[in-house]
Amino acid sequence: MAKTNNNGEAGFQLPFERPIVRLQRHISELESDQVEQGRDYSSEIRQLRSQYVSLLRKTYQNLTPWETVQVARHPSRPLVQDYIDRIVKNFVELHGDRCFGDDKAIIAGLGQIGTERVMIVAQQKGRDTKEKITRNFGMAHPEGYRKSLRLMKSAEKFSLPVVTLIDTAGAYPGVGSEQRGVAEAIAQSMFRMSRLRTPVLCVVIGEGGSGGAIGIGVGDRVAIMEYAYYSVISPEGCASILWRTGDNAPEAAAAMKLTARDLKSLDVVDEIVPEPLGGAHRNVTEAAGNLERYIVRALRELKRVPLDNLLEHRYARWRRMGKVAVASQDTPQPQHAEQ
Amino acid sequence: MGENGEETFQPYDAKVFAGPAMRRKRDVPDGLWMRCPECEVMLYRKVVTENMEVCPECGHHFRVGAGARIGQLTDPESFEELFTDILPADPLKFRWAGKSYAQRIRKEQEKTGNTEAVLTGIAYIKGRRIALGVMDGDFLMGSMGSVLGEKITLLIEKATKEKLPLVIVCMSGGARMHEGALSLMQMSKTSAALARFDEAGGLYVSVLADPTTGGTTASFAMLADVTLAEPGALIGFAGQRVIANTIKEELPEGFQRAEFLLEHGFVDRVVPRSELRSEIARLIDYLVR
Repeated sequence: MAKTNNNGEAGFQLPFERPIVRLQRHISELESDQVEQGRDYSSEIRQLRSQYVSLLRKTYQNLTPWETVQVARHPSRPLVQDYIDRIVKNFVELHGDRCFGDDKAIIAGLGQIGTERVMIVAQQKGRDTKEKITRNFGMAHPEGYRKSLRLMKSAEKFSLPVVTLIDTAGAYPGVGSEQRGVAEAIAQSMFRMSRLRTPVLCVVIGEGGSGGAIGIGVGDRVAIMEYAYYSVISPEGCASILWRTGDNAPEAAAAMKLTARDLKSLDVVDEIVPEPLGGAHRNVTEAAGNLERYIVRALRELKRVPLDNLLEHRYARWRRMGKVAVASQDTPQPQHAEQ
Repeated sequence: MGENGEETFQPYDAKVFAGPAMRRKRDVPDGLWMRCPECEVMLYRKVVTENMEVCPECGHHFRVGAGARIGQLTDPESFEELFTDILPADPLKFRWAGKSYAQRIRKEQEKTGNTEAVLTGIAYIKGRRIALGVMDGDFLMGSMGSVLGEKITLLIEKATKEKLPLVIVCMSGGARMHEGALSLMQMSKTSAALARFDEAGGLYVSVLADPTTGGTTASFAMLADVTLAEPGALIGFAGQRVIANTIKEELPEGFQRAEFLLEHGFVDRVVPRSELRSEIARLIDYLVR
């Protein structure tokens, strides 16, 4: 199991986390003083704890979009492997695309979530340097999308719902990736996922990086964790094109409306999975519990829908994507699939 | 136009075509003379235009705007534009460095004479009725936003309903950042519509012109039954600069060009512009029942 930091205290800190960590440190100092010196600091500690909670709440309620991106990329943030370890029983990983190789940026296999047997497809960035290199930092090559699609077709054949967990900066921009047709692999994956005759549930748990993310992101439902983000291009990339310098990434992050709340209001996502106070990295167990509850509930709902209706609803869901202006009232509105 | 498909090829003549394509001629610098970037020969502009914007000396394919492309590809005056009521909005109220997306859209509209980066409609190719989408690389680099996704999807749905062969000429710098995730979602939306068209047995021919990149490549450009590409066209997912910065190496010769994709198995044929009409007509004859 990958090492995770369960309380966000030690290790890497984001700038806006510093006052929180200071307060946390102060509390633990008082606690140990209390034991060592035999003095009673309980009222001070109680007061500081409530300060800590309100500071955490205040900070996380007012995160800027750019800060949200930083939380989504936090080195201590749980990765899909952490969630798989906590919520998937009897995980059986399956490997390879049957064409070229096994892309370790995507973990896929059979497992049980709650009482549901499912096919899981998940992007794993890697925790330590060694794993990051093995996983190519979660940036899949075409064979990752082809492995994923192969196993989704298996899921369809054996009537297993598909759950995808998205966490990637994007598909890998490299020579081999292009040679082996990463664009075709992503396109083919979306094309097939849209007609897969089994429930498909997608959750963005960290970074939803562009085509690399949506390549496994076409489902009946798309949810996002509270401090994850989903975007057409990285804020740095957008800034370097439009502002001509990556320094404007915070402005780009705000302009692109990439936070969970913004995406919900744009109907890009259906639901926001809440995170523990102060983000998933402060309490992985609670974050995993929230994710599990969402998956179990959504799957239960989707499994009730007859397959033909499910596919109609799925089409209608994706058909609605986008915001356009329509010239005049006497011209017909875009025809949408009947519900 | 005849229904028998026997008609001989007609070279593109701007005067014959009177549709929306006439709004503006594009992509070749103004002036009587021009230099081919490939063979560096000085060319008489009019000769290049008469040669479908292809260099008569070396065959270099210049970029063509949507209007001119329709003129080259379809039977004279046969293009009937559809879905013109779908217009760009500014859903994110996108602003950057003192500029606004809404303003930018207006500028692009004035520059190109088109409302968005794609023209969609019904046309005839050598007498064969088709649903046709042509992207306009001049309009904000042919980037895919909500309007482009919606018009392409409406076109696919029309082709599905009326059992028409679908032809899309792709030319795109990728997804449109100014619409954020909404533009990303157009990849899945168009792919989902194509999946239903495919199930219904429709024929889809895509033509990849220079450049076809990003989200367009990773969706409808790569989902055709037959994928054609123009010689030398840049076709890829990631931008060359991004790749070079990632791998810190020089890119191989001819990387992401049409011929490279042919070599690696991702396009069916590289077809010179002058032969696209007859190639598409022949494919329709083979594949449409």
